[in-house]
Amino acid sequence: MSQRQVLQVFEQYQRARTQFVQAVAELASRSQNIETLQNAGVMALLRPLLLDVVPTIQQTAALALGRLANYNDDLAEAVVKGDILPQLVCSLSEQNRFYKKAAAFVLRAVGKHSPQLAQAIVQCGALETLVICLEDFDPGVKEAAAWALGYIARHNSELSQAVVDAGAVPLLVLCIQEPEIALKRIAASTLSDISKHSPELAQTVVDAGAIAHLAQMILNPDAKLKRQVLSALSQIAKHSVDLAELVVEAEIFPVVLTCLKDSDEYVKKNGATLIREIAKHTPELSQLIVNAGGVAAVIDCIGSCRGTVRLPGIMMLGYVAAHSENLSMAVIISKGIPPLCTCLIEENEDHIKAAAAWALGQVGRHTPEHARAVAVANVLPILLSLYMETHSSEDLQVKTKKALKNILQKCTYLPALEPLLHDAPPNILKHIVGQFSKVLPHDSKARRLFVTTGGLKKVQEIKAEPGSLLQEYINTINNCYPEEIVRNLMLCSCWCSCALGMFNKFAVSFITEDCFSSYLITV
Amino acid sequence: MATLARLQARLPALREECFRRNRSVDEYRKKEYKAAVKIQSWFRGHRVRAYIRYLNNVVIIIQKWWRGYQGRRYFRKMVATAYFIMKMNFYNEMAVRIQKRWRGYYVRKYNYNYYALKKYLEAISVNNEIVRNELKEYAEMKEKEKKKEDLEKKEKEKDHQARKMHYLLSTEQIAGVYNSPFRKSPDPMELLLRKSKPLSHKQQPIKNHLIGELCDWSNRSRSLTCPTAQPLPPIGRQKPQGPFRDTAEVLRQRYKPLEPTLRVAASINSLEKAREEIKREEWRNRIHDNEFLPFSSYHKNEKYDPSVHRSSKYGQETYGIKHFREVQPKKWIADKVNTFTKVRENELEDIFKYKSISVNEALAGS
Repeated sequence: MSQRQVLQVFEQYQRARTQFVQAVAELASRSQNIETLQNAGVMALLRPLLLDVVPTIQQTAALALGRLANYNDDLAEAVVKGDILPQLVCSLSEQNRFYKKAAAFVLRAVGKHSPQLAQAIVQCGALETLVICLEDFDPGVKEAAAWALGYIARHNSELSQAVVDAGAVPLLVLCIQEPEIALKRIAASTLSDISKHSPELAQTVVDAGAIAHLAQMILNPDAKLKRQVLSALSQIAKHSVDLAELVVEAEIFPVVLTCLKDSDEYVKKNGATLIREIAKHTPELSQLIVNAGGVAAVIDCIGSCRGTVRLPGIMMLGYVAAHSENLSMAVIISKGIPPLCTCLIEENEDHIKAAAAWALGQVGRHTPEHARAVAVANVLPILLSLYMETHSSEDLQVKTKKALKNILQKCTYLPALEPLLHDAPPNILKHIVGQFSKVLPHDSKARRLFVTTGGLKKVQEIKAEPGSLLQEYINTINNCYPEEIVRNLMLCSCWCSCALGMFNKFAVSFITEDCFSSYLITV
Repeated sequence: MATLARLQARLPALREECFRRNRSVDEYRKKEYKAAVKIQSWFRGHRVRAYIRYLNNVVIIIQKWWRGYQGRRYFRKMVATAYFIMKMNFYNEMAVRIQKRWRGYYVRKYNYNYYALKKYLEAISVNNEIVRNELKEYAEMKEKEKKKEDLEKKEKEKDHQARKMHYLLSTEQIAGVYNSPFRKSPDPMELLLRKSKPLSHKQQPIKNHLIGELCDWSNRSRSLTCPTAQPLPPIGRQKPQGPFRDTAEVLRQRYKPLEPTLRVAASINSLEKAREEIKREEWRNRIHDNEFLPFSSYHKNEKYDPSVHRSSKYGQETYGIKHFREVQPKKWIADKVNTFTKVRENELEDIFKYKSISVNEALAGS
């Protein structure tokens, strides 16, 4: 009798514990309860439950801890300070798969907040046990372990190196080959996190034979998996030419171009990032991409997206055009300039506009042909207005200025330069006037047009220091025309600048019109 | 006496005269001396000047000739260099013309071939078109697939709903919700209801048997806990009897790394390879490959190996006569005198042999 009563007491206690722990786990899944739980001192109560005899209580306690630590880094620090981690790590190797999943979840939740917490996890020797978990039968355990390793490796290269030294990479490559989609996703994301820090780490990942498997998975229909795979490949390819060549040798082109047509935005973004990382290294790689039709696909991709998703595509075009003039011409004939122009106009974010301005500058800077193609698309006034706008960030201003300079130094298409004469600030005006001074002495039709459109008048109004480059350009332009015209216009501009009455202005303009017509007849 | 008196009377005058004469001589001495000096100096100067003039003329002639000679030499050199420069300029200009043509041609044909670039750009646009079309087709295909999937999902949903709500089917007496008498024809839902089989209770998904099983509902999707798409078939409901070995042990045994014995680890031709390795090492460490031959007379009749650089089809070129002593015995004359007679003697011997006449006769005869 009494024995049963005694046992009943124990059963009651066990039931109470189970209930408590399950309730806490449920509550912790909702973020609004967590502060209350924290204030109620849930950490101290959960800790002894981790060492409970009953396995389900242990597992639920671990799950609850994990959810709490997941929420913010104070709680995660409390987990670390409470010396819970060594206990978790010890039991990680012994217990069954549910406990392993829960413990790996706790480690992941703690490690994701900051490098110091991740370092604490590494120091209590969790990496080896996590790597052993990676070899487990159960795909859920593998996934939890891989996720934890990924979050640890994400922070900086030392932690990544620690993960690699624990021997995780070959096992992760094995995980990628498993049939479960979620496991593949997480393994791909972990490989991406490991290889993003330094070329050596990326080389380690490549040496484990990851590229071939990642390349095969590009064809997988699952969108999230594609995101991670593309991200992993781009993190590998970004470090050096050799790694980029290795990625290209895995025959990702032209398969990667289908990713650019995917319905998922981030797949498009990561695909464009991958192509960008490959294109930026050498002209040969860019050539390869152009020959495979990559430029057309990226341009279409830019046209169909909005916002930051466009950014890698824009940068890719910029990199391709920067390498050589043939590649730049290839970008132009693939109709690359209109989408870039619409990006400049439509986008709200300054950094995307800056990237578009930079890309346009790279396209137009090589030869007059290129500059003409860019100028014809009516890009220059937009760039100028962005440069002059007070709201633009400094980075945007610098980039538009450089792009303008680069294009203007090669631009001989005068109809596009004319409107800029009126609005440009002095440092840009110098280049515009310089271009006019180069073209006008040789082209009579251009001279005529210049006068009729009022460009010459505007040039006279420019005040330049004698002896400066601007003055030389103005002199060269003035030398193309006969004396009277120039003098009249100078007078005209002086009168205009003195702000005389309307009547005088009209009279002067009539006089100058006569002079012009007579001059034009003689020319 | 009178003379004496006369003389004595003349004596003071004499003295005076003497004194006067000496004094005048003295006076004039300086003057005369100076005059003589002057005359002499003029004359000597004249002589020396004449001599110098003469020397000057002579020297002028010599210098004239010498400078003329130098100048003409210099002029010849200048003319030669000017001519040379003129020639070189001419050659340079011609070379520039040739190089201009060639470089223009080369660059236009190979480096910046305009037509090749044009073709390339055209090919790129054609390729772009193809790629764009293919991508469009791919995108359309994906869209269609997605639409189909969505449609199928909706259909399934509808079917499931119909099966669940099978009780809403209309009967003879009571018209169902979807079969209003005011409608012309029954609602499609009604038709579905008629077609579908009622849902049996057993197929309710088991939700609560995972109390003991923990999964992270908040963070992961459901597929994690049942990773494979189809559930595994039940294994007879009887748990296999324990005790089981520890999983870690099993894995350790299963994936124990291979520790082969030395014999297995060594490859089959390792002995040959090792031998070859030793041979190669010895060959590498040897200075030359000549066999050691203990007999010294072997080296005496060694043939001279001429260098490859100086040998040609027509024999070997000499390195140079200045420093290397080259011995060409065939060109020596001293020997030839003897050999000449020797040759003659040999000839004579032959004649003697075949014609069996005496040497002297032969000598006399030939």
